[in-house]
Amino acid sequence: MSPEAPIATVGLTKRYGELTAVDNLDLELRHGEIFGLLGQNGAGKTTTILMLLGLTEPSGGTARVIGLDPARDALRVKRQVGYLPDSVGFYGDLTGRQNLRYTARLNGLRGPEAEATIGNVLDQVGLLDRADTPTETYSRGMLQRLGIADALVKDPEILILDEPTAAIDPIGVVEILKLLRQLVRERGVTILLSSHLLTQVQSVCDRVGIFAAGRLIGLGTVPELAAQFGNDTGRVEVSFEGERAAGAADRIGPTLAGLEHVESIEAGDGPADPWTLVVRPASAGREVREAVLAAAAREGLGLTAIRSTEASLDEIYRAALLQAGLHAGGREAAEPLEVSA
Amino acid sequence: MSAVEATAEPVQPAESVQSVPRNGWLVVAAKEFADHLLSVRFFVLLLVLGLAAGIPLFLAAEQIRSLASQVSGAQAVFLALFIIGPQDVSIFGLDVSVQGFIALAAPLLGIAFAFDAINGERAQGTLPRLVAQPIHRDDVINGKFVASLAAITLVLLAVVLLISGFGLLRLGIVPQWAEVLRLILWFALTVVYVALWLAFGLLISVLVRRAATAALVGFGIWMLIAMFGRFIANLLLAAIAPVSTSAPIDQTLGTYQLHEFVLRLLPTTLYSEASSVLLNPSLTQTSVPATIGQLSQAQQQVPTLLSLDQSVLLVWPQFVVLVALSVICFAIAYVRFMREEVRA
Repeated sequence: MSPEAPIATVGLTKRYGELTAVDNLDLELRHGEIFGLLGQNGAGKTTTILMLLGLTEPSGGTARVIGLDPARDALRVKRQVGYLPDSVGFYGDLTGRQNLRYTARLNGLRGPEAEATIGNVLDQVGLLDRADTPTETYSRGMLQRLGIADALVKDPEILILDEPTAAIDPIGVVEILKLLRQLVRERGVTILLSSHLLTQVQSVCDRVGIFAAGRLIGLGTVPELAAQFGNDTGRVEVSFEGERAAGAADRIGPTLAGLEHVESIEAGDGPADPWTLVVRPASAGREVREAVLAAAAREGLGLTAIRSTEASLDEIYRAALLQAGLHAGGREAAEPLEVSA
Repeated sequence: MSAVEATAEPVQPAESVQSVPRNGWLVVAAKEFADHLLSVRFFVLLLVLGLAAGIPLFLAAEQIRSLASQVSGAQAVFLALFIIGPQDVSIFGLDVSVQGFIALAAPLLGIAFAFDAINGERAQGTLPRLVAQPIHRDDVINGKFVASLAAITLVLLAVVLLISGFGLLRLGIVPQWAEVLRLILWFALTVVYVALWLAFGLLISVLVRRAATAALVGFGIWMLIAMFGRFIANLLLAAIAPVSTSAPIDQTLGTYQLHEFVLRLLPTTLYSEASSVLLNPSLTQTSVPATIGQLSQAQQQVPTLLSLDQSVLLVWPQFVVLVALSVICFAIAYVRFMREEVRA
């Protein structure tokens, strides 16, 4: 493993008695990237993060964080790594600013410099106007943003965020993801985030690692993974005007299914959802789109939208699980440790 | 700023080491102490200890004053402020002196200031964040222990000084050096006793996940020991080794000794014995006589006052056991906390 990597693990393993929570994990992060550790609840994501922070001892293998072994140099690692725990909490009777001040002191920062830093990070997460109200009045999304500010107070090189978007409304999710991008751009931090909400974080991650049953079963950018697990298929989404009108669906379905290179079609779940065409080979996307246009004109169907999409991470995840011989959902019962987390 | 330099040069973590706080426990303790001073329970503490000091003084002031004029020049009149309560008043059969009140309140305060120390952090979701900061994990538990002890000690000190001031100003009793020393030693003993119950509260806060349950368990055990401990012990002893009037005197003495040993398993007994001897120089023994010789000796003894070093010698075992119990309680809490999984 390269010594420069912000986070690198070799054969990292954690066993709880009979249960292997993390199994032989090899992982290497690059500087300034957002890496998504994706998997279901109980896949071993939190355990991996705790080992990287030196909060739990690995049963085997090694981890290097900023070139240090977190099991031995926990203090120095924790000084350089900002951590947002799963379902982060704050002292409710203290204000946001006071909570951050405590964190700053625990990191050996005090005085006007620390106050300036606290003001900056509060501003960055957009909480400056609420900074001096007690955190018990904050919404879940505000707490999550304060958690990110809290992780930033120590001016870390690495941010480790455990489920940063869980339990937040959709608009809040977009805000947080935007914030993460901004942090990478402005501060040059490296971000490791874990999530079980795959499609949510798909857009923000440079690379993702697909984690199941403690093992990394896929690693790369989303298109790479799509190529790896997508069986050489592509997707085209098509929407029509008034398609739910009587008889329209009956005409649309056979028309689309009859096109060349279209392997299968799927009607959207709701009335406004587009049709999805699965295209094989993946490179035939353009031909299919042109064929759809022509067919729509010929049949007099009011085409309203057409676009090629990547396979969603959810689909990739399912394919990866199948390839690895695991069943989605089968892991939860086997690993009660993280289900409660 | 060192952290900024480290960002630029990530493979040199040595640069940032200066800003890791050396005394993480001090930061934790300072925060916890500030929290305590503003908390509701601190006002309750003030109230309880204020009453503990005020009621006996109010009720017993006249008595102490008359005592002072009778025995003017004798030792230990000043300490009477702490050990004399009104003779005709008794609450639940308890001694209504300052000393008695504090013996009753110390365990309550100890538990009240620690029962939610660790499980409270857990419930708030602040524990993972706290241990992910660059401090040792034991800094958390050490800092909390120190902060709680400091808060209680502060109030206790204020109360003792207030009582002393009251004695000096209103009753005109001036302490002698030996009395001041006795008072200081008694204060140290009381702090150790509070520390014992704090450590016990901390242990419960580590073992019991829910703060409300922890409080119930803590106060339940306190009631068991403080209120019913003596009662239960006597009941058991009456069954195992009853005192019979017909038995020979040496056998009766042996039975008494057994009783005494069993009662001394209770920290409340240890404290009240040590506390009485330290505050009252006329108490010359804590144990019942072990032999007939000792018995007759005790009967023939001329009432006398012990010098300070003799009193200390007398209660040294009790003191040591109290310290040991505190250390054991704290050590169990410490070890359990260090092994605990961080995740919620």
